[in-house]
Amino acid sequence: MPQSSRPSATKKSAPHPYPLPVTNGGRGINAGAPQADEGHSGKEEALSPRVTFPNKVLPYLLVAPQLAITAVFFYWPAGQALYQSMLREDPFGLNSKFVWFDNFARVLSDPNYVNSLKVTVVFSIATAFVSMAVALLLAVMADKVIRGRGIYRTLMIWPYAVAPAIAGMLWLFLFNPSIGTLAYGLRWLGFDWNPLLDGTDAMVLVVTAASWKQISYNFLFFVAGLQAIPKTLIEAAAIDGAGETKRFWTIVFPLLAPTTFFLLVVNTVYAFFDTFGIIHAVTGGGPGKATETLVYKVYNDGFVNLILGDSAAQSVILMVIVIGLTAFQFRFVEKKVHYG
Amino acid sequence: MKFQGVAAGIAASFTLLSTSSAFAVTEISWWHAMTGANNEVVETLSKEFNESQSEYKVTPVFKGTYPETLNAGIAAYRAKQPPAIMQVFDAGTGVMMAAEGAIKPVADILSMGGKPFDKSQYLPGIVAYYSKPDGTMLSFPYNSSSPILYYNKDIFQKAGLDVDNPPKTWPEVWDAAKKIKTSGAAPCGFTTTWLTWIHTENFAAWNNVSFGTNENGLAGLDVELKINSPIFVKHFQELADLAKDGTFKYGGRTSEAKQIFLAGECGIFTESSGGLGDVVKSGMNFGTGSLPYEPEAQGAPQNTIPGGASLWVFAGKSDEEYKGVAAFFNFLSTTEIQARLHQVSGYLPVTLEAYEKTKADGFYDKNPAREIPIKQMMGKAPTENSKGVRLANLPQVRDIENEEFEKMLAGDQTAQQALDKAVERGNAAIKQAIGN
Amino acid sequence: MIGSSPIRTFIAHAVLILGILIVAFPIYYTFVASTHSLQTILRPPLPLLPGDRFWENYSTALFGGIGRIGGVSVGTLLYNTTVVALAIAIGKIVISIVSAYAIVFFRFPFRMTFFWLIFITLMLPVEVRILPTYKVMVDLGLIDTYAGLTLPLMASATATLLFRQFFMTIPGELVEAARVDGAGPFRFFKDILLPLSKTNIAALFVIQFIYGWTQYLWPLLVTNRNDMNTIVIALRKMISFADADTEWHLVMVTCMLAIIPPILVVVLMQRWFVRGLVDTEK
Repeated sequence: MPQSSRPSATKKSAPHPYPLPVTNGGRGINAGAPQADEGHSGKEEALSPRVTFPNKVLPYLLVAPQLAITAVFFYWPAGQALYQSMLREDPFGLNSKFVWFDNFARVLSDPNYVNSLKVTVVFSIATAFVSMAVALLLAVMADKVIRGRGIYRTLMIWPYAVAPAIAGMLWLFLFNPSIGTLAYGLRWLGFDWNPLLDGTDAMVLVVTAASWKQISYNFLFFVAGLQAIPKTLIEAAAIDGAGETKRFWTIVFPLLAPTTFFLLVVNTVYAFFDTFGIIHAVTGGGPGKATETLVYKVYNDGFVNLILGDSAAQSVILMVIVIGLTAFQFRFVEKKVHYG
Repeated sequence: MKFQGVAAGIAASFTLLSTSSAFAVTEISWWHAMTGANNEVVETLSKEFNESQSEYKVTPVFKGTYPETLNAGIAAYRAKQPPAIMQVFDAGTGVMMAAEGAIKPVADILSMGGKPFDKSQYLPGIVAYYSKPDGTMLSFPYNSSSPILYYNKDIFQKAGLDVDNPPKTWPEVWDAAKKIKTSGAAPCGFTTTWLTWIHTENFAAWNNVSFGTNENGLAGLDVELKINSPIFVKHFQELADLAKDGTFKYGGRTSEAKQIFLAGECGIFTESSGGLGDVVKSGMNFGTGSLPYEPEAQGAPQNTIPGGASLWVFAGKSDEEYKGVAAFFNFLSTTEIQARLHQVSGYLPVTLEAYEKTKADGFYDKNPAREIPIKQMMGKAPTENSKGVRLANLPQVRDIENEEFEKMLAGDQTAQQALDKAVERGNAAIKQAIGN
Repeated sequence: MIGSSPIRTFIAHAVLILGILIVAFPIYYTFVASTHSLQTILRPPLPLLPGDRFWENYSTALFGGIGRIGGVSVGTLLYNTTVVALAIAIGKIVISIVSAYAIVFFRFPFRMTFFWLIFITLMLPVEVRILPTYKVMVDLGLIDTYAGLTLPLMASATATLLFRQFFMTIPGELVEAARVDGAGPFRFFKDILLPLSKTNIAALFVIQFIYGWTQYLWPLLVTNRNDMNTIVIALRKMISFADADTEWHLVMVTCMLAIIPPILVVVLMQRWFVRGLVDTEK
């Protein structure tokens, strides 16, 4: 089952070891992980495992809407951002000077930038790990119980419906060291909880907030992934005398790998890009620069301080980092993924 | 075919275009960042103005927080569709002033409307902040406030302090704060919002010491910060020392500390006069006083400087629109409106007449707290240290200050080190910002 | 079930209840806040149990509070938000499912180039591209339109990625069988692929509906008229942390109103796609 090398040419059907019922709608969720397929090999036609429709024009028509929207609302602005990253310009665009890579040089030689790179690494790993671990634990438990299963699932995923703008405010009410009720509780219990001045407390706080927002999403995917694992496989292992923990690590977890991998990509991207709102609401990057992540710095320099050139240069660097990271995940992590 | 059908259906559902009003009324859009009760005031004012005449129609549009509004305005300007009026927060004043060509001075607009700008009618402390060095008013002060002192009378009582006489100087504040802490009347003696705006910018003005060269930036963009001079070091070292045992409690970079005070955790509090509404509504037994000053400073107290926001007008609009803007600003300046804005929403009045009227009405006898910021700003003619602080990148410099203050309060560095670093980093940032 | 001793079941329940307490607590707390008076909220800490102002707060907010501050009636706000969320969810699903279909079931030059072109769009924060994107909207005349509110948000890779991964798992035999039966690409899509994808569509609908519902910065930028506002914007309009009074009790009610519709969608749709999953087990 584990496929470190791909016998693609002989692989006529989907890589499932067990029969796939025609009406199986659920497996799709499980198949969340992007497969390292023909795209990497460069010889895609030769390796293509798929049966396809012969049609010369139709496929272009089908991808056209998405490509059009992507081009207008993504590539065009991204190109502008790239151009902007080589300009020195006032916010209103009244004076601008083309400076080639000066902005990049300045950004990269700034010790604060290196600091926020470190902060980002700690923050992203912690956030992805915490949110996925908690969600997996809860999903496994939800898979186990019979009574109340539906209610648990429902209650678990509705926090997902909370707008970030609202979530930021909720966090203020709960955990803000001066306003928050939970901060009150922690202090009352004798914890010296002071994220306003203690960098570690602040990091714990933003990681908690960011993970909390993502737990529901991960839970949803893990539950679906677990559902798609045939109970017969687990039962067989049980008959062989494997204990529950062993069954989980030898059978369930490997079979969940595609889901886990998909979530790893999504959560990394989330931690990198979608968390500045939380950091903005909860710590504002402080204390000092203890929670200033790369994307928060992009936001703050560009949106608040209006240093457009530096901000654009930073976002270009950020994009390069994330593209590199994703390529790395696809090439190396994904090889260890069991598609089965 | 099916897909094109679906796509067409979606496209059709998007065609709910809506460009309304083909009337002969000149529409004036006003982008603002006012939330809560202040948002209602904006809506009411626009409605009243629209009903008072039939040529112009002011349309207020909420554009998010102050930075979001500023960004929306910039995006719109670059797309060549800016609003006529945009509200910009105090710290963004430098950015707007540097954008000559993108904005039109309010003084010019008032002349176009047939009522030339007369400096003497306005409250000097406020107008100076929003004017060029030659006295031309660039933007129209809309919501201004200034920092004052609040204290919790119940806590004062418990600590055995004089309930009717709040401390006037910083040493008196520290003594009272320590007494509150040691007597157990409250877990903390003193807290404050905005270490930057209150304890750095206003501290400089109120004690008549320099914040930076070039008249704190009013005489020119090239500024070197002076906030590591001994008087600042002394003040911040005192704060750092009091923070060690919790006599002073840090609440956050902006207004967060208000909640600490409202919760009854701290007895004394410095905060914008605009924060009064929440304090009143919380039902607390409180008193107010002037912002404390440093008795060692020569000529202190001098005057405080305003915070808040002003209304800027974009360049490139038609004369018709500018006349409408002028009419609206004249409407806003009328004594009746100014007096009401001041009394209801707690902004400082822009015109002297509105202040006199409010006084004559006996409003301050019932609401003494409302007069404190005005007195702070009217007491003396502003000096070169006290007209205000204007930097091309004030928000960024405030960030730098906050970062160093936080490291200081965490015990990682002394006040001297914090302020030296703030000056060094701040100067470098200013150089870069004006190096365009 | 295997190995389900009472103790294990008990532990599972305990962990789940703890998890729910952590995950759902903030929402419960919002509800609690929405039933207290302004004075109670202004003087922290807030009690952990609901107060006695439920009817008072909710009726004030619904009949005046939100409309007065937001400038538009609650109905209009909810209508706009629903239109935006639906358009984004449906639009995204439609364009992604067809593009994923093309990428998996057809062979054509630049196929993988297209895929990567789409995939990379995961990676650029909105704030960075706001100035240029805004200019595009102005040039296209899309300010203050539902199209302007939704089109830019449909450019996303997640949905395409998910459909592609799902389609990859569909056995080639199915395609072959369809072709033997004389079914063209349209019939295959309609009769086989769509029914197979229904749980995926449901999951994506939930995710994208909520994504659309909770948008803030973009709707704020591209709408200049109050009657185009969404509920999240109206909510932000009500909240002031500095220099103005905020009627926190009404804010909390509005929070609840902004949260309830997406929660309903989550709960209802969840039943649908979970049932799809459970059915396959039998």
